Amino acid sequence: MEIIPLGDSALVVRVREQFEDAPEETLDEVLSVFRLLQRAAIPGVIELAPAYTSVAVFFNPVAVLKANGTANGVFEKLAKRIRSAIIPASRRHRRRTIAGRPRSIEIPVCYDPEFGFDLDRVAEHTKLSEREIVNLHSRAEYRVACIGFVPGFPFLAGLPKNLATPRRDVPRKEIPSGSVGIGGVQTGIYPLRSPGGWNLIGRTPLRLFDPIKNPPTLLCPGDRVRFRVITREEFESLNV
Amino acid sequence: MNLFVERAGFLSSVQDLGRTGFRQFGVSTSGALDRFALRVANLLVGNDEGAAGLEIALGGLHLRFQDERIVAWCGGEFDVHIGSLALPAGHIAYVQSGGELKFGRAQFGCRCWLAISGGIDVPIVLRSRSTDLRANFGGMEGRALHDGDQLPLGKFRRSQTAATEYISSWTAPNEWGSPAARDPILRFTRGADWNRFNDVTIQRFTTQAFSVSPDSDRMGVRFDGPELKRKDKSDLISEAVAPGTIQVPPNGKPILLLGDCQTIGGYPKIAHVITASLGVAAQLRAGDGVRFSEVSLEEAHRLLLERERDLDRFRVGLSLQRS
Repeated sequence: MEIIPLGDSALVVRVREQFEDAPEETLDEVLSVFRLLQRAAIPGVIELAPAYTSVAVFFNPVAVLKANGTANGVFEKLAKRIRSAIIPASRRHRRRTIAGRPRSIEIPVCYDPEFGFDLDRVAEHTKLSEREIVNLHSRAEYRVACIGFVPGFPFLAGLPKNLATPRRDVPRKEIPSGSVGIGGVQTGIYPLRSPGGWNLIGRTPLRLFDPIKNPPTLLCPGDRVRFRVITREEFESLNV
Repeated sequence: MNLFVERAGFLSSVQDLGRTGFRQFGVSTSGALDRFALRVANLLVGNDEGAAGLEIALGGLHLRFQDERIVAWCGGEFDVHIGSLALPAGHIAYVQSGGELKFGRAQFGCRCWLAISGGIDVPIVLRSRSTDLRANFGGMEGRALHDGDQLPLGKFRRSQTAATEYISSWTAPNEWGSPAARDPILRFTRGADWNRFNDVTIQRFTTQAFSVSPDSDRMGVRFDGPELKRKDKSDLISEAVAPGTIQVPPNGKPILLLGDCQTIGGYPKIAHVITASLGVAAQLRAGDGVRFSEVSLEEAHRLLLERERDLDRFRVGLSLQRS
């Protein structure tokens, strides 16, 4: 485990070096560190954000200084507090209980070519039929590795390897909200109308980001996700 | 009581000190790109430091007040007038009901922050009144101001200030009111991927001038200039980025991230502009020449602490002035 400065008001706790070789274990470990740091409520820490192999800690250096009473070594003092707060995470057997049991969430997706603008592109690259793509994509189980890019955008780990397709060379200027896409070895959902370079294969009628709700996103880091195939009619009836 | 937007100008938006607590959901900080400038302006008019004000980019904003208010602004060099009276940066001024406040084009620098006694009372969304211009929520209906908008203002308590003259002689220190500088130097600390860049690149980054590209915005300042090259080409695992982070995409042109930046990124991070220099960064506009100069993390923290102490003294001075 490494703690690295991210400028003068944030730092990154790198829990692991790699993600792809053991995504499940890595996520559980990262989320354990995230929860332990949440519980520790270290003075001066403003917020925390997990992503793949790391947890970012944002802090107010002036508040950390005041809490410590000296003007030197803000980073070292904070790093020390962080290390002592996350010692339990290194005890393997406790990891799962700290991380909590992940929630399972089902996302209805209409894979109609009307929404899956790039199904043909993915088919060409993967040498699979569009039907096979839909079957593979909707039968796999995924986990939210992190949320970012735009509010509520879930980066999902667990895409069947033979579905991996490189991003489009030229990103689209505008992608409709709810679009489900494949970008390299990951899959994800665009919560808002936004530009983007992933290959679009379907669309969900669910709202993934709503700023007047708390939490504002449908998905959270660590959640288990499955896609359920729906028809165009079901899409319309759910899209209210 | 309302504030009428007669002319919205180039890009004006409601901002406070930003949105925190929702980064894990991918929500950006937003907020005034120079938070210190907004804090000073708010203190001058008797508001809480975190009250919502307006961020005005490149000027052109005309406002009409429905009731009397105290105003102050800090930031770049703008010609600002209340009727025919010129209002310099960092000064406290009184606007009577029906009065007009006009921001001309930026002579120099890029942005300024206007505080109005009572603050701008748009609804709080995710604990902030800041406009998230990328995700379109917060502030005025999640967007930049339009001509004809009416902004709700908070209650103005007359005791908020003792100013009876139209423009008070009591001001904020000059470098607080106008932090814009010609050919500025941005101080930075090393980023996690500093060692991924070759010696020539580090030499270029720390000695040569970079020019601000026209496609810069509240998400980030893009630079043209000497190419920054990595030693290796391996993909990095995405992790957190923050306002101030300088990342280098494969084209070798650095991007300095600002308040509207996304929460995670996969480009190598060569450096981070220190918090005490972010106000200078917020004044950059297309064509400006910029140099980067390294400081230690301790120095970055010391500068921040010093500025907080100065602000504490200023706050005390203001309250004595009013009592």
